[in-house]
Amino acid sequence: MIDLSVDLPGLKLKNPVMPASGCFGFGREYSEFYNLRQLGGVIMKAATGEHRLGNDTPRVAETASGMLNAIGLQNPGVEKIIANEVPFLAKYDIPILANVAGSTVEEYVAIAERFNRSESVNALELNISCPNVKEGGIQFGTDPSMARDVTEKVKAASDLPVYVKLSPNVSDIVEMAKAVEQAGADGLSMINTLTGMQIDLSRRKPLLANQTGGLSGQAIKPIAIRMIYEVKQHVAIPIMGMGGILTAEDVLEFLLAGASTVAVGTANFQNPYVCPEIIEVLPNVLQKYGFDSVKAAIGKGHEA
Amino acid sequence: MKKRVDMIVQSVREIALDTFEMTLQNAETANTAKPGQFLYLSVEGHTLRRPISIADADPESGTVTILFKTTGDGTKHLSMFCSGMNLDVIGPTGNGFYCDAGTVKTALLIGGGIGVPPLYYLGKELRKNGIGVITVLGFQSKEYVFYEEMFQEFGKAYVATNDGSYGYQGYVTDILDQVGHFDHYYSCGPISMLRAITSKLRTHSGSISLEERMGCGIGACFACVIPADNEGGYRKICTDGPVFAAGEVRL
Repeated sequence: MIDLSVDLPGLKLKNPVMPASGCFGFGREYSEFYNLRQLGGVIMKAATGEHRLGNDTPRVAETASGMLNAIGLQNPGVEKIIANEVPFLAKYDIPILANVAGSTVEEYVAIAERFNRSESVNALELNISCPNVKEGGIQFGTDPSMARDVTEKVKAASDLPVYVKLSPNVSDIVEMAKAVEQAGADGLSMINTLTGMQIDLSRRKPLLANQTGGLSGQAIKPIAIRMIYEVKQHVAIPIMGMGGILTAEDVLEFLLAGASTVAVGTANFQNPYVCPEIIEVLPNVLQKYGFDSVKAAIGKGHEA
Repeated sequence: MKKRVDMIVQSVREIALDTFEMTLQNAETANTAKPGQFLYLSVEGHTLRRPISIADADPESGTVTILFKTTGDGTKHLSMFCSGMNLDVIGPTGNGFYCDAGTVKTALLIGGGIGVPPLYYLGKELRKNGIGVITVLGFQSKEYVFYEEMFQEFGKAYVATNDGSYGYQGYVTDILDQVGHFDHYYSCGPISMLRAITSKLRTHSGSISLEERMGCGIGACFACVIPADNEGGYRKICTDGPVFAAGEVRL
C-alpha cells in the first residue's frame, strides 16, 4: 500500500494533487466531470477585495507546449466568494486554500482577515506574483522587502497558515524565498507564470489585449523544477510545486526537486480529468521508482 | 455529469478554399447536439482545445458534422485527420439557439464566412418545425463560398462576396433591405459583421453567436468573457453562450 498523504501546516492532504489557482474557478465546472472529493485539496481562484472584471479579450493564446493568459484576476470579490463559493467547495470535505491578491498591503490584509473569519478555509495562498494586473500583484513578488512586508502583515492579521506564491520573473528566486520565510511564511507556492508575449503577424501587434501574459503549461516545467530545487536548499518551510504538470511522473519529479505537494493548472484545460487521473496512477509511479510513500520522495533529488 | 467523449472521424473533405467538412461518429453526441452548440476538440500536440460549432447532427446515422477553416497549426493538423481516427471531444457544449415557434413564423439566417456552419443545422431544425427560412450568406470571395445550395433547400438564399467575385458585391448588411418580412434573425460571423447587423436590425429581435479564444471551454477560467449590462457585468461565451440575444452583450 503506497501512502499518498502529506501533512503541511494547516493542511492534512490525503494525496498531494490539487488544482492550481485560476485554472479551476471555484470548482463548480469541474464538479460536473468528477467528484471533487478525490482531490488532495483545492486552491481557489484569486480573491480581490472588490469584484473585478479583468482585462479585455483576447485573454489567452496558445504557444509551443504552453499558453499565455492575461485574465486580469476577474473574480466576484472576497465577500461573494465566501458567501457563494466556499460553501459549495466545503461540501467535498477537502482542504480549501484561498488565493489572496491585492493591489496594496491594506487590501491583502483585509482579504486575509476576511478569510480568517470565514469557516472552511484552511490556508491562504498569498498571490504576490500575478503578472497581469497593472498595480500591485507582481511588484510585491519581485521586491524582497515588499514581499517581506506584505507577508508579515498578512501573518499578523490572520491565524491561517500562509503559503506565499512566488514569481519566477526575478533574477534571484532564493532571495525572495528567504525573505518570505523570514517574514513568517508557513510555506511557499511556486512557480507562478512567466511573463511573455505573442505578436499576431497579420495584425502586427501583440495578440493579447493586455499585450503581455503569463506563460504556463509544459514549456515552463524545467524552470519550475530548477527553481524549486534551488530554493529547497535554502529554506526549511514546505513547498507547493507547480508549473507544467501533466502526468504522475511530473509529480514525482516535483517531489524529488523538493516540493511536498503539487498543483496542476493548464493541464485541466486539455483534460478536465487530469487531476483524478494523476492521483490514480501516482501509486504505481512511486512504486516503479522505489518509493512507498509521497513523503519518502520529497527532496530525494538532492541526495548525492 | 459532463464527460469527454471519443468521436471517430468518418470523412474529411475540403468543400471550399481552406474550408473543411468533417463528419464524426458518436451516437450519443449526435442525439444530444442542439443547433448553436459546439464541440471542444483536442488536437494532439496543442495545449488548448479548439471550439468548433456543429454544422449538422444526424441521430439516425449517429454522426455530427463540423466545418472549420485552416487558419493555424491546430486546424491544419485537424484537416489532415483520416477516416477511422479518434478525436477527443468535450461537448456538445454551450447553450445553442433558442426558437419560440409560437412567435417566429419566418426566420432570417445571416452568416459570415466560417460563421455560416451553425446556421445550417439551425435552418434544418427550423424547417422541421414548419418555420420559414430566408438566408443571407457572406464570404470573402468566390473560392470561399460553401453550402449555398443546401441553404436554398430551406428557402430563398442570398450570397454576397466582399470582392464581388460571386453573387452580390458587398457585405451581408447591404442585402438586408431586400429580404422581406421576418420575425427573428439568427446571426453568426466576424464580430465586425455582428456589430453592423445588430445596429442595422436594432428594431428586430435577434440572436447572435459569438466566438472567442477559449481556455478551459467549460466556464472555469474566464478567458472568453464579453461585457454585458447584467449584474455581474459580463457573460462567458463558452457556457452562457455562445448564443446571446442581440443586445444582451456589448460587442
